[in-house]
Amino acid sequence: MRGRGRSAWRPVILTAVLVFLYLPLALVALYSFSESKVAGVMKGFTWDWYAKLTRDGAMGQALRTSLRVAGLSCLVSVPLATLGAIGLAARQSRKARFAKLAGGVRGLVEGVTVLPVMLPEVVLGMSLMAAFSMAGARFGIWTLVTAHTTFCVPYVYLIVKSRLAGLDPQLTEAARDLGAGPARAFWDVTLPLILPAIFSGTLLAVAMSFDDVIISMFVNGAQSTTLPLKIYSSLRAGVTPEINALCTIILGVVCLAVALSQLLRNDKKRGGKPDETDNV
Amino acid sequence: MKPRRDRTALLAAPMAAWMALFTALPLLYILVISFLQRDETWGVTDILTLDNYRRLLDPIYIKVFTGSIGLAARATLLSLAVGYPFAYAMARAKPKRRAALTLLVVIPFWTSSLMRVYGWMILLQANGPLNTLLLKLGIVELPAKLLYTQGAALLGMVYTLLPFMILPCHTAIERLDPRVTDAARDLGASPAKAFLTVTLPLTMPGIMSGCMLVFVPTMGLYYVYDLLGGGKGAILGRVIHDQMLSARNPPFGAALSVALIALTGAVVALQRRLGGRDIGFF
Repeated sequence: MRGRGRSAWRPVILTAVLVFLYLPLALVALYSFSESKVAGVMKGFTWDWYAKLTRDGAMGQALRTSLRVAGLSCLVSVPLATLGAIGLAARQSRKARFAKLAGGVRGLVEGVTVLPVMLPEVVLGMSLMAAFSMAGARFGIWTLVTAHTTFCVPYVYLIVKSRLAGLDPQLTEAARDLGAGPARAFWDVTLPLILPAIFSGTLLAVAMSFDDVIISMFVNGAQSTTLPLKIYSSLRAGVTPEINALCTIILGVVCLAVALSQLLRNDKKRGGKPDETDNV
Repeated sequence: MKPRRDRTALLAAPMAAWMALFTALPLLYILVISFLQRDETWGVTDILTLDNYRRLLDPIYIKVFTGSIGLAARATLLSLAVGYPFAYAMARAKPKRRAALTLLVVIPFWTSSLMRVYGWMILLQANGPLNTLLLKLGIVELPAKLLYTQGAALLGMVYTLLPFMILPCHTAIERLDPRVTDAARDLGASPAKAFLTVTLPLTMPGIMSGCMLVFVPTMGLYYVYDLLGGGKGAILGRVIHDQMLSARNPPFGAALSVALIALTGAVVALQRRLGGRDIGFF
């Protein structure tokens, strides 16, 4: 190893960037307890903004819409993407005549599936809005669920796919050779092995659906405002400590979820089993 | 052994159908309407025209394009300047610390992006903490205008997208064997030369994916731009939004989107070229 001096800058940059990342979040939480009506001025200590938040009917309505949209779009996107990843990972037909065609179809399907990852959100949002209008759809919760499902599928697909690629194909073959049908082999062997990836994919889908602003802006209806849209419109009107309280609750839930998943992961490590979620 | 007839591939059919219906078709639809004349109310007529594309060449929209690309380029370079050293320090930390750092970088991503922008709105506002500090230190005499400026908008973009720069860079640096750099140093290269001729080229794929992950969303992330930049000037995402929701001119919105897709495609192609194995950089 070389002189110790050369790594002196590392703690500095690590600390500086972490402060940069967390200072705004900490401020939001801090000011949620301030008595001042102006967010950003610290005065006294109060729980009032939290109390006010629970009485805010419009906010509660938006939260319910967001939860419903996130839940429903997961319910559709996770099975679609999981089955899709399994289907596309399956071995090709052995007839050489069809091999090229099958390869082409597979490439095309995969390309269309991951397209929303590459596409700027605003393009997906506006094209869905244009298509829904052409089809004469009523804008509301179902257009939201459809749009959210569409942008969640590629992420769940990519996560499950990478897990499948890491599996030993001999495991399923062994099950088949021992007499299990394809369904049984899938249910007893493949599914338990890819379950952690499905779980991470679901978490990611929930988080993305819950956070989406741009696409929802294009496809929401008058009666279906999601929480981010509601927050966005109040932020445009100016800042209020009620939003601080709301954001602090969201931050708390996220930290709790992350801590919980870390705890579960460590438990598994202690149990001596390989850590499957590490690859995701 | 008798080959089993395998119909597993059919499991992908529902996903393929969904994505064809809700991604491929809508994109084809906007490609078509970008060549049509707009209807007076909302929607399109069936008259073919190139006017929507001609209008893109209007100086106003040329300015939107150059402005968006400029902002995206600045956000990308700034994220790289902050993110790469951070990723480097992270990759060379002890494994346990590295895991904790990775988690700390990812947590903000799980919180709402609006909330993070809101944090900056509080921090930068006229009577906010930063101005109070500047006043107390005597650096400014009156509260400085920090919020609703181009600088604030740029900061917001970098802040929102920084994890997307850090993570790919980190992966690339982590894969790099530190002995390779050490070998260069032992052979007499200065730290700077070892970095420029060994570390940087070898981690270029990570840099390139990071740059793409920051550059592409910046042009569309208009809510960050609006909340921190105060809605002055316009980026592409905002203009598309306004054409669809306020001006009610879907054909022109579609033409703008097609242009944005082309731009994104060009960036991806460039990234593929630069991130390839042979990097003709130095």
